[in-house]
Amino acid sequence: MRFEASPLQVVVALLVLAFLLAFLVVPVARVFVAAFAAPEGGFTLIHFADFFRTSLFIESFWNSAYVAAMSVVVASLIAVPLAVILARHRFPGAALINTLGVLPLVMPPFVGAVAMQLVFGRNGTVNLLLMDWFDLRLPLMEGLNGVVFVQALHYFPFILMNLTASLSNIDVSMEEAGQNLGARGFTLLRTVVLPLALPGYLAGASLVFVKVFDDLATPLLLNVTNMLAPQAYLRVTSVGLNDPTGYVISVILMVVSVAAMVGAALLMRGRDYATQQRGGGGLARRPLSRIGMLLAWCFVVPVLVLVLAPHIGILLLSLATIWSYSPLPDDFTLAHYGTVLVSTPQFLTNTLLYCGAAGLIDVVLGVAIAWLVLRTKLPGRKLLDLAAMSALAVPGLVLGIGILRTYFDVELPDGTSLATSGLMLALVYAVRRLPYALRAATAALQQVHRSLEEAAENLGAGKATTLLRIVVPLMAGGLAAAFVTSFATAAVELSATLVLAARDTSAPLSYGIYVYMQSPAGRGPGAALGVIAVVTVAICTFAAHRIAERERARRSRGGTSA
Amino acid sequence: MTEGPRLTRHSTRRRVLSAAAATAALPVVGLRAQGTLEQRVVIITSFSRDVTTPFVQAFERRHPGTRVEVQNRSTTAAVAVTRETRSAPPDLFWASAPDAFEVLKGANLLARPQVDTSGIPERIGAQPTHDPQGHYFGFAVSGYGIMYNTRYLRANRLPVPKEWADLKNPIYQNHVGISSPSRSGTTHLTVETILQGEGWEPGWALMMEMAGNFAQVSDRSFGVPDAVNSGQYGLGIVIDFFGFAAKASGFPVEFVYPSVTTLVPANIAMVEGARSPNAARAFIQFLLSPEGQEVLLDPKVMRLPVRPETYAKAPQGFPNPFTDTSLGARVRFDNELSEARYELLNSLFDRLITFRLRELTEAWKAVHAAEAALARRENAEGRRLVAEARAKLTRIPVSEAQAKDPAIAGAFQPTRPDRPAGPRQAQLEEEWDRHAVAAYAEAKQLAERAQRAR
Repeated sequence: MRFEASPLQVVVALLVLAFLLAFLVVPVARVFVAAFAAPEGGFTLIHFADFFRTSLFIESFWNSAYVAAMSVVVASLIAVPLAVILARHRFPGAALINTLGVLPLVMPPFVGAVAMQLVFGRNGTVNLLLMDWFDLRLPLMEGLNGVVFVQALHYFPFILMNLTASLSNIDVSMEEAGQNLGARGFTLLRTVVLPLALPGYLAGASLVFVKVFDDLATPLLLNVTNMLAPQAYLRVTSVGLNDPTGYVISVILMVVSVAAMVGAALLMRGRDYATQQRGGGGLARRPLSRIGMLLAWCFVVPVLVLVLAPHIGILLLSLATIWSYSPLPDDFTLAHYGTVLVSTPQFLTNTLLYCGAAGLIDVVLGVAIAWLVLRTKLPGRKLLDLAAMSALAVPGLVLGIGILRTYFDVELPDGTSLATSGLMLALVYAVRRLPYALRAATAALQQVHRSLEEAAENLGAGKATTLLRIVVPLMAGGLAAAFVTSFATAAVELSATLVLAARDTSAPLSYGIYVYMQSPAGRGPGAALGVIAVVTVAICTFAAHRIAERERARRSRGGTSA
Repeated sequence: MTEGPRLTRHSTRRRVLSAAAATAALPVVGLRAQGTLEQRVVIITSFSRDVTTPFVQAFERRHPGTRVEVQNRSTTAAVAVTRETRSAPPDLFWASAPDAFEVLKGANLLARPQVDTSGIPERIGAQPTHDPQGHYFGFAVSGYGIMYNTRYLRANRLPVPKEWADLKNPIYQNHVGISSPSRSGTTHLTVETILQGEGWEPGWALMMEMAGNFAQVSDRSFGVPDAVNSGQYGLGIVIDFFGFAAKASGFPVEFVYPSVTTLVPANIAMVEGARSPNAARAFIQFLLSPEGQEVLLDPKVMRLPVRPETYAKAPQGFPNPFTDTSLGARVRFDNELSEARYELLNSLFDRLITFRLRELTEAWKAVHAAEAALARRENAEGRRLVAEARAKLTRIPVSEAQAKDPAIAGAFQPTRPDRPAGPRQAQLEEEWDRHAVAAYAEAKQLAERAQRAR
């Protein structure tokens, strides 16, 4: 085989590889080695054999697969209509809805769980009112279907964001061509628009599948332990850490996640989603008829109320004096915000700093990997993609311990350890959230036609110039989505934070929430910090959308009326 | 609500008094030529800010030259951090879970500082107060009991339970929560105490029947008081200070000690290789001093002191294990036995209860329904079937002798060269899981037949 690669490609690939090796592969391998260690020392696969002989694990495996698949279905039911309304129609307050649509991803640790229970739980607001009025109780948060319900509410933004970005990248001329051939309304949507937006949908759907498959917060919140991720977590986090089975399950989670990603990539193989025309400014935003508008509102408002219910719960919790076994809190107060602002102002700035840095690192890495995979013939480039995606399945605690093991003895100039510095927190967030940014960047790049780059190259631009001046600007919407997902989800990361955050002054918001939520008196202040986290993310998301929107408008100058 | 402010006022006055007392007692408590204290001492702890802050402030007032830095962690993360940071560890490890201290001690991560423990009894209730080898020190004890939400009990017309056995009553079906012993060292000790107090088989039978009423087996200790505070379920099996602290924060909850409770020491230890050994030792000494002990009576802290004389200053109705002999004294706790089957017990509980809770509670529901039907219409065949179902639900797949047999219990422990060869952990767990699934399904069928018997 001929080795086709420019020096630039090799350098970029090596840099990406070095980052992944240093902060993901090596630290995690140093922990996961326990899965392959025989009791007497040496290598063994007996723990894997045990896994497949244990009926509880097999049952857990199928439960996880069922929940992940159903979550994709339910999340699609929420996200696809929302995305179509937002991207194809003139709908007032679209930016606002785009912003609110991200918030479900920002579920502050512990506070989110308490609020969820207080709203949807067996004795939450919804059920207490239903019992009062109709003597009826809905098991919204019980069993596997409860997990599906909560996960779909939680992760549908992955589909919404990627699909919206994808839809707005379709050129209006494609639709017009369809119209000229006689397609109208739903047929146009089905035969032209949705197929062209498939990369974005698949990027989102595969993320939802893998994320739900690997997620443990929600099953634990609902006390469903017969799923794989909680089985691994319960074993990995038992005091003592000498049981190999937890690591075996983690390895299996990683294999399944990578397989799902490969599956999604195979679905896309041999198809071309790129369109050459640029400058038309994406799909025409058509006005909705009066009935259409009514229907759209009837869909959008209840969905928003439903998906934001946990956040409304957190807001109430942060304003509540006591909230116990009643539909609403007993009384309201602003005191918790006072407590939080007086005692711990640095949490917010730390979070902005670390997560902003993590988001930027992720966008850069995401674009670099997507470019290597889609635009070069470098051998082994797919492995980079898979290695980055496998971060999704690594439990935060495992990564945290691996980082400590690898970097604790590396000292910074001021004598503190690199492993517990703010810099390392930003890097760890970047590693953990890279898969989100990578999928968004890949979807965005898939829609940019090769010929646009070739045109630039024919005009004398080098590879680097083409990437920076042509490709990246064309991907702006997708990159905004990438940054927002990484940033927003990093802001509420806890499990690795809890191992690595060394002291109050350098700790982020999620650590602050954890500290407060360990005592009954801290519930209010913890919720107040949670609200601050959510509002911060909302503001940043809104700003990112505005920037992407302005970029789009700038590019399509003069063409908007087309 | 009315309790809160009154307690606070009292404790403030007490603290002023106690500061004066401690100054007088200073030469006696003995700062035996320990060198000057370092400027900074780092504590890693699983306790909440509410608990640590009063101690830190009191210590810094006593030793103005030393700043205390507190790192809050879950117990798991705290153990992991202490383990991975050998080259520059935190100075002190401060937590409830006794198992965490044992793990650290086993890994040679705990130092053995010279600490004066005179005036503190060697045993409180059934447990030794300090580590016999001097690696960690009990500074407070807590008892296990039942915490309940008063609004919830009223709305669901449930009676207030007094004893563990009350929780067997079918009216509590789906109203009780507990944390898993594998996730909470204190729950572990409660389960072990019940087993030692009642005997292996009757103890399990009691627990399995209580489990028939569980709504949840939580994966973290604080999940239980959280859910009781919110009213997700009405009763929780928790350690006392969760109940006291929630009540002090205004939640509509109460706490009762059953007569068979266990008193669990909460501990502190100096980490091997601590960079501020003098300050660390001074902090431990301060916790154990009369002055430090009084901080425990702060309403946000609310733990039982280990110094008998401190109880003189406690508010009315404060439980005193030194005078109230029923508190934690009924069971003579056998530490060696507990250690021999520690990991096995955790795994067995998870196999039989945590991971099969749905199957187990459904089987018990069927048994209760059958018994209610039989009470209305007596039937000998029905009684026989129910008795058989109960036997299936309370029989456990491991005998007392097997539970401490090194060949079996050892499968759950870190490998040691001297361990006799036996089945692997995964094999035993699979066996127990199969036993549980089969037994619960059969019991359910038997109970359903009993209900139809005529």
